[in-house]
Amino acid sequence: MAHEEVHDHDTPLEYRTETTRLNILGFWIFLGAEIALFSTLFATYMALMYRTGSGPSPTELFELKGVLIETFLLLTSSFTCGIAIHESRRQNRKGIFIWMIITLLLGAGFLVFEIKEFIEYVHEGATIGTSAYWSAFFTIVGTHGLHVTIGIFWIILILIQVARRGLTPQTSSKVFISSLYWHFLDVVWIFILTAVYLTGMVLR
Amino acid sequence: MKWDEFFVTGDPLIYGADVSIALTTVGILFYLTYFKKWKWLWTEWITTVDHKKLGIMYIAAAVLMMFRGGVDALLMRVQLATPDAKFLDSQHYNEIFTTHGTIMIIFMAMPFLIGLINVVIPLQIGARDVAFPYLNAVSFWTFFIGAMLFNISFVIGGSPSAGWTSYMPLAGNELSPGPGQNYYLLGLQIAGIGTLLTGINFLVTILKMRAPGMTLFRMPMFTWSALVTMVIIVFAFPILTIALALMTFDRLFGAHFFTLQGAGMDMLWANLFWLWGHPEVYIVILPAFGMFSEIISAFSRKTLFGYKAMVWAMVIIAAYSFMVWVHHFFTMGSGALVNSVFSITTMIIGIPTGIKIFNWLFTMYKGRISFTTPMLWSLGFIINFVIGGVTGVMLAMAAADYQYHNTYFLIAHFHYVLIGGTVYACFAGLIYWYPKMFGHRLNERIGKWVFWLFNIGFNVCFFPQFLLGFDGMPRRVYTYSAASGWGPLNMVSTIGGFVMGLAFLLFVYCLYYSFRYAKREVAGDPWGVGRTLEWATTSTVPPHYNFAVIPTVTGLDPVETFRNQKIDTKPKLADLKPIHMPDYSGVPFVMAVFFFIAGFGLVFEWYWMGIVGLIGVFITMIIRSFDRNEGFYVGLEEIKETERINE
Repeated sequence: MAHEEVHDHDTPLEYRTETTRLNILGFWIFLGAEIALFSTLFATYMALMYRTGSGPSPTELFELKGVLIETFLLLTSSFTCGIAIHESRRQNRKGIFIWMIITLLLGAGFLVFEIKEFIEYVHEGATIGTSAYWSAFFTIVGTHGLHVTIGIFWIILILIQVARRGLTPQTSSKVFISSLYWHFLDVVWIFILTAVYLTGMVLR
Repeated sequence: MKWDEFFVTGDPLIYGADVSIALTTVGILFYLTYFKKWKWLWTEWITTVDHKKLGIMYIAAAVLMMFRGGVDALLMRVQLATPDAKFLDSQHYNEIFTTHGTIMIIFMAMPFLIGLINVVIPLQIGARDVAFPYLNAVSFWTFFIGAMLFNISFVIGGSPSAGWTSYMPLAGNELSPGPGQNYYLLGLQIAGIGTLLTGINFLVTILKMRAPGMTLFRMPMFTWSALVTMVIIVFAFPILTIALALMTFDRLFGAHFFTLQGAGMDMLWANLFWLWGHPEVYIVILPAFGMFSEIISAFSRKTLFGYKAMVWAMVIIAAYSFMVWVHHFFTMGSGALVNSVFSITTMIIGIPTGIKIFNWLFTMYKGRISFTTPMLWSLGFIINFVIGGVTGVMLAMAAADYQYHNTYFLIAHFHYVLIGGTVYACFAGLIYWYPKMFGHRLNERIGKWVFWLFNIGFNVCFFPQFLLGFDGMPRRVYTYSAASGWGPLNMVSTIGGFVMGLAFLLFVYCLYYSFRYAKREVAGDPWGVGRTLEWATTSTVPPHYNFAVIPTVTGLDPVETFRNQKIDTKPKLADLKPIHMPDYSGVPFVMAVFFFIAGFGLVFEWYWMGIVGLIGVFITMIIRSFDRNEGFYVGLEEIKETERINE
C-alpha cells in the first residue's frame, strides 16, 4: 500500500506511509490516556496534600536548589530533543545522534538528582510508608521518574535502529514518536513543579 | 509458605472444582495430542493477528467466563433460597459474590462486547483489519491472562472477598489478609492494559480506516457506539490503573493512600473506583445500544429512526458518564449539596437514554418486522431495560436512595440494566453475526426456546428482588432468619435463576446442534435483510483480507442500496490488486505468559518472580521493536480462487 503514494518533497518521512501515520495518531491518543493517568495522580496528591500524619511535612524537607537543577536539566533536554527532530526532518542522521544523546544525558542527569533527592528524604524519615502525603509524593514523582527511565532506554533502542537501518519512514516515525513522549514528560514535570514543589513550599 | 496454604483446602466444593479442573485440562491436552491439533492451535489461533479470529477468541473466553460467573450466581442463589441455610459459610459466600461481580463485568461483559466489536467493526467500515493488528493480539492475550490469573484464585491461595468494589479499609491488609485481594488487583491491572490498548486501536481504526465515501455521519450505529465507547475507555481506564496501583502499594509496600493509619483516606478509593466504575457501565451498555440499533433496523426493514439524535444521545451519555459517580455512595456522607448535584446529573442521563428507546420504537413503527431470535432479544431488551432504567431514576433521587441503598432493590435494578441490556445484546449480536464467524446460522427453533426460557427465568429471578429490597433485605448477606419473612420470595428468585441456567445450557446445545445440522450459507447476507457493509463481502465467512475490493459508500445502509438498485458487488478481475496483510506473531502470547508470571509473583509477594516476569515482558517488547514486521502480500491467484472469479 505504502509504495504507491506520491509525496511532495516537504512531507516529513514519518508521514509518508499509511502505517506510520496511523502509529503517530495512535500515540497521540495514548498520550491522551497518559494525561488521564497523571490527572488521577494529581487529584490523589491534592486530596492527600495536608495529610502528613505524624511524619515530617514537605516544607521541612523540600529544597529549592535540587528541584531547580532538575527542572533546568529536563527543560533543556526537551529543547535539545526538539533540535534532534529538526535534524531528523533534514534527514541528517549525525545530527539526530548528537542531539538525542545530549537529550538522554540531560535526562539521566535529571534522574541522578531525583534519586539523590529521594535518598535524602528517606534518610530524613520520609518514605512511601510514612504518611498518606509521602505515599502520594513518592508515587507521583516516582511515576514521572519511571517514565523518564523507560524513555531513556526506549530512545537508546530507537537510535540503534536508526544506526543500523538508516532513516526510513519507519525509523524516523519512531524517533518522532519518542520525541512526543519526551516533550510530554516535560509538560508533566512543569505541573509537578507547580503542584508538588512550589505549592508544597509556599501554601503550607 | 506451606503447600496447604498455597492450595485452598478443606471445602468439598473446592475439591470438586480441583478434580473438574484437572480432568478438563487432561481432556484438552489429550484431545490436542491425539488429534495432532497442537500445530493447528499455534499457527491458526495463538499467533493470529486477524481481527475476526481474535474476536471469536474473545467471545469464546467470555462464554466460558459467563459459565464460571453463572455457577457463582447459582451457588449464591442456593444458599439464599431458604432462611438460615448452611450450604456456604460466610467467608465462602463473600468470596463468591466478589468473584461473580468482578468476572461478570470485567471478564464476561466487556470481552463479549469487545469480541463482537472485533469481528464486526472492521467489516462494517470496509477495512482489511484494525489499525494495529499486532496490538490487538496483545490486547486479547493480556485480557485472557488477566482473567486466568483472577480465576485460579479459588483453588490457589484463596479468592478475594471484599466485593467487586473492594472498598477500603475492608480490602486492606488488616481485614483481607492473604493473596486473595492481590489477585483482584493484579488480575484487573493486567486485563486493564489490554482494554486500554483496544480503546486506542479501535479509535484509530474507526477514525482513519473507513471505506471511501463513509463520512462520520454515514457510519453504522454500531460503529458509532464503538467509537464513543473507545473514547470512554481511553479516559476511564487510566483511572482504574492508578487506583489499582495505589491499593497495590498500600497492600504490598505499606503505603497509606486508603488506610486508616498514616492519615490515609478510605473514601478516596470509593471516589477513584467509581470515577472509573461509572464510565465502565456505559462501556458495557453503549455497544449493546449500537447492536440493538442495527438489529431492530434490519429486521424492521427500515432505516434507523432519528439517526443523528441517536448519535448525539450517545455522545451526551458518554460526557455525563464522568459526572455522576457520587450517586454510588449518596449515603456515605457527601452532604446535601454534593448529593443534589449528582442526583440531577444522574437523572439527566435518563433523557438521552429515553430518546434512544423512543427511536427504536419509531424504527419499528410501520416496519415489516420479522420475529427472528436476534429481534426477540431486542424486543425483550426494550421492556426489561425500561424497568431497569425507571428504577435507576428512583435510585438517582438522593433522599429516596437512603431507603434503597444497599438493599436487593439495587441488586434487581442493576441486573435489569446489565442483563436486560448487555447480556441480551450479547445473545442478540452473537446470533445475528454468527454466520459471519462460522458460516451457518444458529437454529431458530431452539434459539426461540432459549430466549423465552431466559427471559422468563430472568424476570422470575430478579423481579422478586425489587420487592425484597422494599422489604428491607440488605445485599451481601450470606443468610437471613425465617422471622424476616424473606424466604418465599427468595425461593422464587432461586427458581428463576436456575431457569436462566437451563437456558444457558440449552444455548450451548444450540451451538452444537447448529454446528452439526445447520445449512451452510454461501452468500454474504444469509439473513437477507443486512444493511451495512459486513453483509457485502462475497462469502459468509469473510476471507482473511475481508474485501477483495473495498466498496464505495454513498449513504447510510449501503447494502440496502446495493440490493434496491441491483448493484453487483462481486469484485471484477480488473479491479483486483495484491493485498498487503500483517504477519502473524507468537510474541503477544509469550508476553502475556510473562505478565502472568509477574502477576503471580506479586500476588504472593515473591518479588524475584515479579521481577523475572517484568523483565520478560520488556524483552518481548524489545523483540517486537526490532522486528521489521514487513507483512506479506496476498497474491492475485489466491484472491481469484477465494472469490471464485474465472478469467
